[in-house]
Amino acid sequence: MSKTVVIDPVTRIEGHAKISIFLDDAGEVDDARFHVVEFRGFEKFCEGRPMSEMAGITARICGICPVSHLLASAKTGDKILAVKIPPAADKLRRMMNLAQITQSHALSFFHLSSPDFLLGWDSDPATRNVFGLIAADAELARKGIRLRQFGQQIIEWLGARKIHAAWAVPGGVRSPLSEEGRTWIRDRLPESRNTIEIALNLFKAMLDNLTTEVQAFGNFPSLYMGLVGKNGEWEHYDGHLRFVDSQGNVVADGLKEDNYKDFIGEAVETWSYLKFPYYKDLGYPDGIYRVGPLARLNVCDYIGTPAADKELLEFRDRAGGKAANSSFFYHYARLVEILAAIEKIEQLVEDPDVVSSRVRADAGVNNLEAVGVSEAPRGTLFHHYQVDENGLIQKVNLIIATGQNNLAMNKTVAQIAKHYIHGNEIPEGMLNRVEAGIRAFDPCLSCSTHAVGQMPLHIELIAADGTVVNEVYRQ
Amino acid sequence: MSVKTLKIDGKEIAIEEGATLLQAAKEAGIRIPTLCHLDGITDIGACRLCLVEIAGINRLLPACVTEVSEGMDVQTNTPKLKEYRKMIIEMLFAEGNHVCAVCVANGNCELQDLAIEMGMDHSRFPYRFPERDVDVSHDEFGIDHNRCVLCTRCVRVCDEIEGAHVWDVGFRGAAAKVITGLNQPWGTVDACTSCGKCVEACPTGAIFRKGATVGEMDRDRSKLDFIVTARELKQWTR
Repeated sequence: MSKTVVIDPVTRIEGHAKISIFLDDAGEVDDARFHVVEFRGFEKFCEGRPMSEMAGITARICGICPVSHLLASAKTGDKILAVKIPPAADKLRRMMNLAQITQSHALSFFHLSSPDFLLGWDSDPATRNVFGLIAADAELARKGIRLRQFGQQIIEWLGARKIHAAWAVPGGVRSPLSEEGRTWIRDRLPESRNTIEIALNLFKAMLDNLTTEVQAFGNFPSLYMGLVGKNGEWEHYDGHLRFVDSQGNVVADGLKEDNYKDFIGEAVETWSYLKFPYYKDLGYPDGIYRVGPLARLNVCDYIGTPAADKELLEFRDRAGGKAANSSFFYHYARLVEILAAIEKIEQLVEDPDVVSSRVRADAGVNNLEAVGVSEAPRGTLFHHYQVDENGLIQKVNLIIATGQNNLAMNKTVAQIAKHYIHGNEIPEGMLNRVEAGIRAFDPCLSCSTHAVGQMPLHIELIAADGTVVNEVYRQ
Repeated sequence: MSVKTLKIDGKEIAIEEGATLLQAAKEAGIRIPTLCHLDGITDIGACRLCLVEIAGINRLLPACVTEVSEGMDVQTNTPKLKEYRKMIIEMLFAEGNHVCAVCVANGNCELQDLAIEMGMDHSRFPYRFPERDVDVSHDEFGIDHNRCVLCTRCVRVCDEIEGAHVWDVGFRGAAAKVITGLNQPWGTVDACTSCGKCVEACPTGAIFRKGATVGEMDRDRSKLDFIVTARELKQWTR
């Protein structure tokens, strides 16, 4: 006799999700929930550790974006030491973050998402992945993989390893860029620039035929939050926080991360391990905001490099306003950001400071509490530490980009479900689109190795009386 | 002084009376793994990694505290010894909280090196996950008891070389830990001269320079050798 055993939640793993879709009495979709069913406990087990170790520990949160945690943590550490890091360290950290943005966005676009656009939403899941892409367009796949390698290799030149380099430390960085690394970066820049230009042209050409996706994939008004520079330019490492509304109007500006609790609330729902941050002035859940590539392009006034600025104008033109509201535009924004990152790396690599040996400030514990912020590829990342007088961690709060997109991801799933589900059946192809809708946000839970082509998904269709009328699994 | 002759791994060796098996093996170019042993300070046979088999004796004896005697036939690398050594390392890992990935001594750790040498890829024993604390009250150094294997090198180096005797072993059984100033926060112990010998002596990341981040704790053990042997060898500069 066959029997199905459902294990839920599946814990201590990265990249598992569950989706519940609720039907009303008429059998139409009423609401949908995107559950994150994993719990890791980083904030708890960091307690008692020396502050200086935090960058190395928190980098282990993710194998795709360890640099983001490394930088946010090192910046929090700078504030605990109460030092201003040497200019060279600032530029080197920026270079690593730009490399990180390049490699992570390239992964999201080429490896994970482009099979959907290039091979078709309804194509065979067995080949709708990077291997299918290689079979269909080997040259494009190769370019994408090499673009990611470009970013990863810069991280290795700086931090001695591609993944989990413990290179950024409170007070600066451990070592500068070598001349050998500098030459390598210079040599590979033109190829990377060429790849991103090809990808942008390809995507823009496809965009004209993807109107349904642009309309149905999380197209709704919300706030956007991200870092901007002193003059409102695109930022990824420092600067201040800005919120804009769905029209691109500035709602709040000049916000400092130190006071994040004044403007960001964190709601908790019993059905997900992922918290629900919201903009406090509008309350929960109306204070829904999005972060990440889309938000960064929506909040900034300009990017600051010629080619990327030109693309930003076209991006806004295609979005029909200063702010793009379709979550599908995350893909587009990612490509524009890769171009911006490459242009900025072009500038930085020629800066004499990047090979300077004055890269680390030294100090004791001078502040007992600090908040650090930086832009991870997926969005704004906060690290908040409290330490005792010896520098041992007493309390940690991490606000992760994927968490801040939680409300928006739920809304996106609901929108896609309403568009494609009518009645008790889950149509074939629905799963693909829900995945793609979630994947537009490039959430960290897709970072697991399972994400080659598919995420493990469990979708439940729940009737008005609470009974599960249908469910679909994909492992 | 009389000389003793013995065989280690089949090799004939002659060495002065009173020498240990570890010294004899070293002189013969035979490596026996050690952890609590440190050249220049007293051996205590705490870690048991240097256990050897001696013909006619039905138990294993630690080479670091066993004196040579005439006609001994010693084996240092039998399958049984290899298995025991691997087990000892596995137990050390299971006993404390050793997380190499985020440890200050990653890549510069004798425990890690031994695990690699013994071919340990996991521990057969359930991890204890003990709750242990970190003392960073000292201005320059810190001790993380999670990473301590109780080799007591710090205790001996502080007592025998520096002469300060800041360190001791306190408490019993599973609760045993190295303590400073009869269990006072390290930073408050007047006897500590902040010489850093314990930092150089520690085989793992337990005692570290404050502010060190992942993998940054490299140690200069030759400094300790120099302090111990410089006078005898008439090395006035290093």
